[in-house]
Amino acid sequence: MLVYLARRILASLAILLGVSIVTFCLTYMIPADPVAMIAGRTSTPGIREQIRSQLGLDRPLHVQYAAYLSRLVQGDMGKSYARKSDVAPLIASRLPPTLLLMLGAICAELLIGLPAGIYAATRRGRFADKLAMTLSFLTISTPQFVVGLTLVYVFAYLVGWFPLGGYGSLRHLILPALTLGLAGGGWYSRMMRSSMIEVLRQDYIRTARAKGMPEWRVTLVHGFRNALLPIIAMIGLDIGIFMSGVVVVENVFGWPGVGQLMWQAIQSLDIPIIMGVTTVAAVFIVLGNLMADLLAPLIDPRIRLR
Amino acid sequence: MKRTLISAAAALALVAAAPYAFAQAPKQGGAAVITFNNDLTTLDPHVGYDWQNWSVIKSIFDGLMDYKPGTTELEPDLAESYTVSDDGLTYTFTLRDGLKFHNGRNVTSADVKYSLERVINPATQSPGGGYFGMIKGYDDVAGGKATELAGIATPDDRTVVLTLTRPDATFLHLMAINFSYVVPKEEVEKSGADWGKQPVGTGAFKFIEWVPGQHIALERNQDYFRKGVPYLDKITFEFGQDPTVAVLRLKKGEVDIVGDGIPPAQFAEVMQDPANKDLIAVGEQLHTGYVTMNVTKPPFDNPKVRQAVNMAINKDRVVRLINNRGVPATQALPPAMPGYNPDNKGYAYDPEGAKKLLAEAGASTISTEIYAMNVDPNPRIAQAIQQDLAAVGITAEIRSLAQAEVIAAGGVGNAPMIWSGGMAWIADFPDPANFYYGILGCAGAVEGGWNWSKYCNKDLDARAEKADALVKADQTPARIAEWKAIFDDVLKDAPWAPIFNEKRFTYHSARLGGDPSLFTDPIHIPVNYDYIYAKDVQ
Repeated sequence: MLVYLARRILASLAILLGVSIVTFCLTYMIPADPVAMIAGRTSTPGIREQIRSQLGLDRPLHVQYAAYLSRLVQGDMGKSYARKSDVAPLIASRLPPTLLLMLGAICAELLIGLPAGIYAATRRGRFADKLAMTLSFLTISTPQFVVGLTLVYVFAYLVGWFPLGGYGSLRHLILPALTLGLAGGGWYSRMMRSSMIEVLRQDYIRTARAKGMPEWRVTLVHGFRNALLPIIAMIGLDIGIFMSGVVVVENVFGWPGVGQLMWQAIQSLDIPIIMGVTTVAAVFIVLGNLMADLLAPLIDPRIRLR
Repeated sequence: MKRTLISAAAALALVAAAPYAFAQAPKQGGAAVITFNNDLTTLDPHVGYDWQNWSVIKSIFDGLMDYKPGTTELEPDLAESYTVSDDGLTYTFTLRDGLKFHNGRNVTSADVKYSLERVINPATQSPGGGYFGMIKGYDDVAGGKATELAGIATPDDRTVVLTLTRPDATFLHLMAINFSYVVPKEEVEKSGADWGKQPVGTGAFKFIEWVPGQHIALERNQDYFRKGVPYLDKITFEFGQDPTVAVLRLKKGEVDIVGDGIPPAQFAEVMQDPANKDLIAVGEQLHTGYVTMNVTKPPFDNPKVRQAVNMAINKDRVVRLINNRGVPATQALPPAMPGYNPDNKGYAYDPEGAKKLLAEAGASTISTEIYAMNVDPNPRIAQAIQQDLAAVGITAEIRSLAQAEVIAAGGVGNAPMIWSGGMAWIADFPDPANFYYGILGCAGAVEGGWNWSKYCNKDLDARAEKADALVKADQTPARIAEWKAIFDDVLKDAPWAPIFNEKRFTYHSARLGGDPSLFTDPIHIPVNYDYIYAKDVQ
């Protein structure tokens, strides 16, 4: 177990290093000059050169990367070009809302996906099953800004149950979490359904039924627990999927998280913020995968980590 | 009796402060909520340079000069008066008595000196430092060789003497733009990197708090030197607000101004709603949308080809495409700008004439590229232009890119044509010179410069400098006439095809009052927050 853990952590670090190289190169290869953006329309070539050297952008790429990496491991992500303030605290201040939103979205997708999947599996081939699967198809394929704006228009503007965007209370959380979670709910319902169908075919289910156990117990206790396993692994992966989803959803709902920060940084070519958020997102994705792997044996003792 | 006296006094103070006469002075009080999609980047007046933070900064800080609200007319602001020497090289400003920063400290001439030196110092990384090149000693400070400007003297606490190396008629405008606003040294140094997040100025509103990604709150400055203003007690700017959602919130009464304007997709609906009749202020802004043509490379090195492009584009159709949110442009300068020539009708839409010109130029088939920013409506506008050009035999492939990439391509000189929308020139100050040097003059036609046509006419540059040497008030008509002639000549050379002048539509709640010109102020973009008032406290 410990050896496995050490190996996985090392591999994760290697992945993060790779990510840092790729993001660094990509952001410096885009055909746009941050110095021109900073220096403005009245600047002279001399001023642009000075700013370029202040930012260290006149040095060779590998030197810039080495400097970037050595600062990064000390937790220093540099200074934002547009905001002139440190990037690390900026991202840190935006993380809690994003984490809260992700947590809400995970709850939403599980609350939607799991019951729908179980119900569809027990009604296999019947109308309820087909309806659930059609709906899941719809939620997976609809772009999130459409879902978000529709929910806002109906439930916040017309009905008035929820505030029109913003941050601060549970009522603010529900619509954005639902927007982010609906697509995931669709996936989960499909996964849960096929996993459940698979499990319900097993011999031990037949045994349980033969013992005269009530059907709801068969489904929920014996079936559900075993069918849940592949789902757990998904939750870890979801964190990565959400990282891109939050950019859209946070913008629709005025949610002050890292997604919103990223969107604004991209517009103003604020490279330090773009790189910082990418790095943080990569850390989350790697951690999510690691967590999924480590949790699996806790739920299913048949899995051994090696 | 007492009541009448007070209101009479308030009205008097108001007439002194505001040029347009209210029948009755609005009462102070109330609050307003303004939404923006993007967070503000900074409230450092020497760094902030986008249309969102521009007017918020104007409400927190002041400069020596300012403009009468809702107009483009200069007047002294922190300065009580000023004199200009006969040779136009020395400006002497006298500060008002008893000016105070929001932290309670008195403003002195040393603060003016510090502020100008700070904006020019390259360590500040100001996007506007380059404006002050005419102040004596600029090169040393900008070059990092000195931190003090040789051209500023402060003989006493209330007197600032600025010495220039050349007479420059735009100088008073430069004393009114954000980059010359006066900041307190001790607060800048105390806050360090966070200065832009906790500004302390002298302006009508005092900064209270900034919750990143959520809101900024300002409150009325009780000690503001103009008595009776501002009218609102509190302003909250909310960020991260999708404009579509913000319009819904305004209809519900949660929001007073949609800072980003009405989203294009909802524009027709919002405009047609009779309930909004008095809630949308329409005004001109100092903006021209244009297509640049790189004059250094074929085929646009031939003026006839450039004139043909001007005649080929159906500007009326482009204006319809943007829901008539503008008027077709005849020339580089917008109509609200001094120096605009109402008699110059520009190039009329004439595809046959364009074809003839192209044939004369020996270029009947041309294949080129037009760069445009990839945010609606710019790609659609580029398509319309593409179709018009195709009709006269010019094949233009559209390169739709992120803003920074278009700017970079224009700066390097790689782009044969650029549609300026989304990056375009909104004047920093209302003077024709501001529309020339950086975007049409030789100074901007260098690598990394903003003159994307790379048009460099030394003759016109010399005339421009001569015009700007006419600094005396009685020389102003002659100066403006010369600028008019310069821009007429630019149009003949046709480095640009001017397309339209954008109008501004500000959608505000019924509880906010104020002249429509305040909601579309040409200087305080988008809104002059200092003079709007809340109807619910009247």
